[in-house]
Amino acid sequence: MLKRVSPVTEDGAMVRIRDAKAPAPFVPGLEYGAPARGVWNIVHVGMLIPGAHEIYVCAGNCLRGVVLTAAEMGAQRRFSTITIKENNVLDGDMESLLIDGVTDILNRLPSLPPAVLVYTSCIHHFLGCDLALCYRELRSRFPTVDFTDCYMNPIMRKSGLTPDQLMRKQLYSLLKPRAQDTGVNILGNCFETDESSELVKIIRAAKRPLRDITQCRTYEDYQNMAASSVHIAYNPPAKAGGQTLANRLGGTFLYLPLSYTPEVIRKNLQALCTALEVDYDPAEDEARAQEALKHAKALLGDTEIAIDYTATPAPMSLARCLISHGLLVSRIYADSIAADDLDDFRWLQINAPDLALYATVEVKLRVLPRETQRPMLAIGQKAAYFTGTRHFVNIVEGGGMYGFDGICRLCAQMEQAFLTARDPRDYIQQKGLGCESCL
Amino acid sequence: MKQTQAFLSTYTADVSGVCSALFELGGMTVMHDASGCNSTYNTHDEPRWYDMDSLVFISGLSELEAVLGDDEKLIEDTVRAAKELSPRFIALAGTPIPMITGCDLAAIAREIERRAGIPSFFVPSNGIGSYVSGAGQALRLYAERFVLPARETKKNAVNILGATPLDFSVNGQVQSIAQRLTEGGFSVQSIWAMGSDVSAIDRAGEAEVNLVVSSVGLPAANFLRERFGTPYVVGAPLGDTVSKLLLDALQNSIRTGENEIFPAGMPDAPDTVILGESVASRSLAAALLLDYGICAEAICPVELPRELEGPFCRQIEDEQALQAALSGAKRVIADPLYSPIVPQGAQFFPLPHEAYSGRIYRRQIPNLVTTW
Repeated sequence: MLKRVSPVTEDGAMVRIRDAKAPAPFVPGLEYGAPARGVWNIVHVGMLIPGAHEIYVCAGNCLRGVVLTAAEMGAQRRFSTITIKENNVLDGDMESLLIDGVTDILNRLPSLPPAVLVYTSCIHHFLGCDLALCYRELRSRFPTVDFTDCYMNPIMRKSGLTPDQLMRKQLYSLLKPRAQDTGVNILGNCFETDESSELVKIIRAAKRPLRDITQCRTYEDYQNMAASSVHIAYNPPAKAGGQTLANRLGGTFLYLPLSYTPEVIRKNLQALCTALEVDYDPAEDEARAQEALKHAKALLGDTEIAIDYTATPAPMSLARCLISHGLLVSRIYADSIAADDLDDFRWLQINAPDLALYATVEVKLRVLPRETQRPMLAIGQKAAYFTGTRHFVNIVEGGGMYGFDGICRLCAQMEQAFLTARDPRDYIQQKGLGCESCL
Repeated sequence: MKQTQAFLSTYTADVSGVCSALFELGGMTVMHDASGCNSTYNTHDEPRWYDMDSLVFISGLSELEAVLGDDEKLIEDTVRAAKELSPRFIALAGTPIPMITGCDLAAIAREIERRAGIPSFFVPSNGIGSYVSGAGQALRLYAERFVLPARETKKNAVNILGATPLDFSVNGQVQSIAQRLTEGGFSVQSIWAMGSDVSAIDRAGEAEVNLVVSSVGLPAANFLRERFGTPYVVGAPLGDTVSKLLLDALQNSIRTGENEIFPAGMPDAPDTVILGESVASRSLAAALLLDYGICAEAICPVELPRELEGPFCRQIEDEQALQAALSGAKRVIADPLYSPIVPQGAQFFPLPHEAYSGRIYRRQIPNLVTTW
């Protein structure tokens, strides 16, 4: 039977935040993948377009991960594949494989979908496949279908837009210009933003229609997002796509990055108020957040807290917020420091220098003990896995919580996690938290 | 059109097969890829991932490294990780982009071995073939490097070859195979590669005969035959009747020194189709015939070793060709994800296969080795 490999030290896998370098605190090398699956992938995100059909064109191993993602979320009927073989690489017939393959699939489906997302892969990129020709031909063969180009090319993750950014950009590429109204789009999220958040309350106060792809039930609902004249993104991977959409359709683009730092929250809310021409004083919301943090501190006491980057795009900001209110954040799991999180990272370096910053993909994470000496509360699936705690907040990507209200809701979830033990194994292995799952 | 799947899933690919086969052997397997192969493997192809700390990593290949042919990064990263983690061996697995750029992973493995002082080898794979080839090659290459000269031949000792969770899940089937052999008067020398101590695996040459329970085990069986003259029997002991016949075949093989492939023949006019890996499907077909009088044909949608081809065991990969092959079938036995192409008039018996539907139906995978 397999035995644990020789004990290793944490050197190279953990660094005290005072000594950490931004944006890359760890030496890149071979990478480990922890069994925490809640973050949405390109299949989940693409399925947000109601009625859209996804077609992946890749080698077998790449197809395997995405076809089973679709099957696990019960979306196999909206999913097809074209397998690239060695002969296609040698023959250079990638264009005809794509065009004829998509044609064959669409002709065999019970009915034509309103939209088709065609995902090409690293192979197309390296072989210089003429994708423009492919889409031109497909649009001519199927004039009633909206085609868009999507990408499963992780090899490009360090070249320009990451696959995640690209996916959230292409998600809105099918919106067709139409007469604009006063509507406000919230873009690039996997979860609806809480109705109680100041963000939504301000939009409601301005009496503007709020549109979000997570709330679209039909393809027409989706297309109606093109009518909005204000576009908001607060999730960093959605920023590029939001700007692109605003440039294409017109309207105002606001990037209001998710943060737990009061000055940033206030600044974001003010920017929104200015754009929507309304007044909103968040003082009460802020006071409520202060109370929630005090309440959480009273309950958690000196319980150590670990935060990971999958729980929120702003783990440094969250750590700063909690530490500022007396909570004991002792670990952050993040392989890099995001640009929007840099100021809070600097703050932590000065005000919490001993805080441990852990990598998540460094090879030692495979064999380091997944337990802690003291009781731990984790915020995020990877933090739960690596610390071995049974007390964890099960969220990804901020969980739809925003602003001071988001802090209140997160505190409530932390308290619930503190009071309730559960086995992470039963929760974190499901792909795409919040999606349907047959597991 | 070939190569399109409007409705169906796809099998585990070769690169995951490599990782699966070597998972319990104490080495470090590195997939030379950007990132996707890693999560595919450890999410859908590896039920042991959460509980066993096997060293399986991804190189994190980037566009720049691929374009510039920066093999040095892979070498350095691998050597550094190996020095930290001290694996018994290092195996490299390839994926599509290294194939396209002509990355010489065999040479890289030799360089890693030279620098790290740890046995290293490349398992031919490119993310395009199926797990049958990847896992099969991995076990054979492991055997070539690590199986020790036989000090003795142990009477009635048998190796079980080709046991991975991809074909046998983690529901006790492998243990049941071992139990069948033990109860039949054999001693199990080693199981390639689940649940066996590596020292027993490395002494596989001491066995008198090998039992190949999936097509994954054939390359290693052929190597052990070449190296030690050990004969093999191909077949999975599914149910009482087939198990008994396989035990007899093992004894016969020891006596004659000849390989045996079970079952030797099948009757005419099958009205039932079994879709799946070749050894399991053939063995199941035999069990259905012997125990229930049902005539079944085995159709294998992944690589079918030449030795196992026959009139009632053929390879069909294409979705529409599979649909055509199923038309007219009275019964279809296949993974539940095949249900979209099962003809309306046919009775469908879902038989989940980890290498096809991954973890989705894991709890419903039956232990067909026990009495049924």
